Amino acid sequence: MTASDEPSDRPLLEVRNLRIEFPTRRGTLVAVDDISFAIAPGEVLGVVGESGAGKSLTGAAIIGLLEPPGRIGAGEILLEGERIDKLPYEELRKIRGKRIGTIFQDPLTSLNPLYTVGEQLIETIRTHLPLGETEARARAVNLLEEVGIPAADERIDHYPHQFSGGMRQRVVIALALCAEPRMVVADEPTTALDVSIQAQIISLIKRLCRENGTAVMLVTHDMGVIAETADRVAVMYAGRIAEIGPVTEVVKHAKHPYTHGLMGSIPAIGHDVDALTQIDGSMPRLNEIPTGCAFNPRCPKAFDRCRVERPSLMPAGRSSVACWLYEDEAKEAAHGG
Amino acid sequence: MAEATIAAEKPAEAGNGNDMLLEVDGLVRHFDVSPPFLNRVLERTGRRIVRAVEGVSFSIRRGETFSLVGESGCGKSTVARLVVGLYPPSAGTLQFEGVDISSPRARRENPTIQSRMQMIFQDPYASLNPRWRVADIVAEPIRVHRKGVSRTDVLARVGELLRQVGLSASDGEKFPHEFSGGQRQRISIARALAGEPEFLVCDEPTSALDVSVQAQILNLMKRLQKRLGLTYLFISHDLAVVYHVSTIVGVMYLGRLVEWGPTKELFGAPRHPYTRMLLDAIPDLEMSGRARIPVAGEVPSPIDPPPGCAFHPRCPLASDRCRQEVPKAVGSATAAVACHAVEEGRLPPWHGA
Repeated sequence: MTASDEPSDRPLLEVRNLRIEFPTRRGTLVAVDDISFAIAPGEVLGVVGESGAGKSLTGAAIIGLLEPPGRIGAGEILLEGERIDKLPYEELRKIRGKRIGTIFQDPLTSLNPLYTVGEQLIETIRTHLPLGETEARARAVNLLEEVGIPAADERIDHYPHQFSGGMRQRVVIALALCAEPRMVVADEPTTALDVSIQAQIISLIKRLCRENGTAVMLVTHDMGVIAETADRVAVMYAGRIAEIGPVTEVVKHAKHPYTHGLMGSIPAIGHDVDALTQIDGSMPRLNEIPTGCAFNPRCPKAFDRCRVERPSLMPAGRSSVACWLYEDEAKEAAHGG
Repeated sequence: MAEATIAAEKPAEAGNGNDMLLEVDGLVRHFDVSPPFLNRVLERTGRRIVRAVEGVSFSIRRGETFSLVGESGCGKSTVARLVVGLYPPSAGTLQFEGVDISSPRARRENPTIQSRMQMIFQDPYASLNPRWRVADIVAEPIRVHRKGVSRTDVLARVGELLRQVGLSASDGEKFPHEFSGGQRQRISIARALAGEPEFLVCDEPTSALDVSVQAQILNLMKRLQKRLGLTYLFISHDLAVVYHVSTIVGVMYLGRLVEWGPTKELFGAPRHPYTRMLLDAIPDLEMSGRARIPVAGEVPSPIDPPPGCAFHPRCPLASDRCRQEVPKAVGSATAAVACHAVEEGRLPPWHGA
């Protein structure tokens, strides 16, 4: 495990108190509310949560692709110690692709259907690296081989529609890795794929990160994918981080009642239960986020304080949890240490 | 009248001799995707046939859940549509309680049978008419199948159905867009139950939902099955969901059932190399660090499936016989596998056993 519980001396990416908001006629909606985390070089941070939890928005904010009217309301994003959230568009364009690669969910929409795969790869390579046409092409073929596309020197001249879904996602990964970025934001990279293809893509992402020391922010709703791939995991709920910690800790000893419910609601082979754990209700809409802890109306363990005061992340065991249940433990740890 | 419409809450009628509700034998469905005749002549190409379902046989016992699992393009959804009659089969027979319903004509002649089966679709956004109120959506099967029921009785029944799926009767006044994905799927279930069916065909009913909502829907479906004595044909690509809901599981690959058996046996000791590959491909939530067979290759096109066993290009056990001869399912009606390697005893033991 490359993960460290306390991020190494200088994290590759640091997000501090990030807030993403959408101004509307009826007031400002806060989609991501005061979240902070860091990713170390070579580390895979899984970000998991249900639809609308704000996980994809966080990814989009990091690569500077928030769709207006969405905007960063507060907080900062630092890449290798340098602030990138306030950069002008052109500056950010140079970072995107060169220092941060992206992999999106649907490989068909992230490739241009009118250009061959090779043209797209070569264009990206030449935008970011000082290479000539032939050298760029050689690199593109290498990349395609690296991501496991057979007969790469022939396939490079094919159009995206001539590839199957799994192969297309490999091409997208090759595109993301063109300029040897230090960091990759992967937003649901395996969601559109069949399980057998998904397994191949997961092991590919893992291998590439290990070999190149690339840090990955892996956004997904699939806890299984996180358990296989990530070193650390952040669980998001209603735009906030409910729990963040080493993946074994979060998966096996979930602390936050939401994480606990989430893990119990996943059916598992060999695990015989008559009924799955059920979290009643659904995630609140952005204009109806309750005061206090956002999870309190659905929480089986909620008490008075949860309804009034919002908990911030506090240490609990090897993870950090935003839940008042762990306040005593956190205080003790603070005094003890 | 209200009594009669509420009578849906009854256990499965036992003891009518035949406890097989649905029997499917040699079901085949081909789709012709050829270019037009003139193009075929000019371009000198032949017909192109998608062999979506290529001889599938199974039977479903009353009160049980039979699941079909497989990757995209394996034909599982086509089987679901054939069973409810959305497509006529190209060959093969379908029997419901021993009555033949293979052809559209046979279905027209047995309208009561058609009203006893309903379908739940994958996408709760596409399967509800956005311009209808929920009460009208849920009432439609009652109006179609139970003509002559008064308006107040229909409304009472709709309210009861909505409560049964965990919504409130007043939700009937709303439009589908006012509900979340999980609530919409509840509406779909209420609509399916409105005609008082005994048999529900569920085509990936939870694939579009978040896990916590999926748990709610799966729990609801299990509860309803127990209370109303329903029989399910459950289609899914998610092996864990299938493990959770099914009595019998059938694994499909390129239009054929390659292995089927009682859930625990199939998952505990899978025999077909494809079943094993699927099970190995599931991300491991337990993080036991178990050794896994690396997954290779992709599902070939059903337009031009490989000869012999369709799985042979990806199979670690493929022999010359596998490349030429289509394996037949060997076993009983409850558990069988179609694989030459199993038949010849070349199968290595399963690591999970």
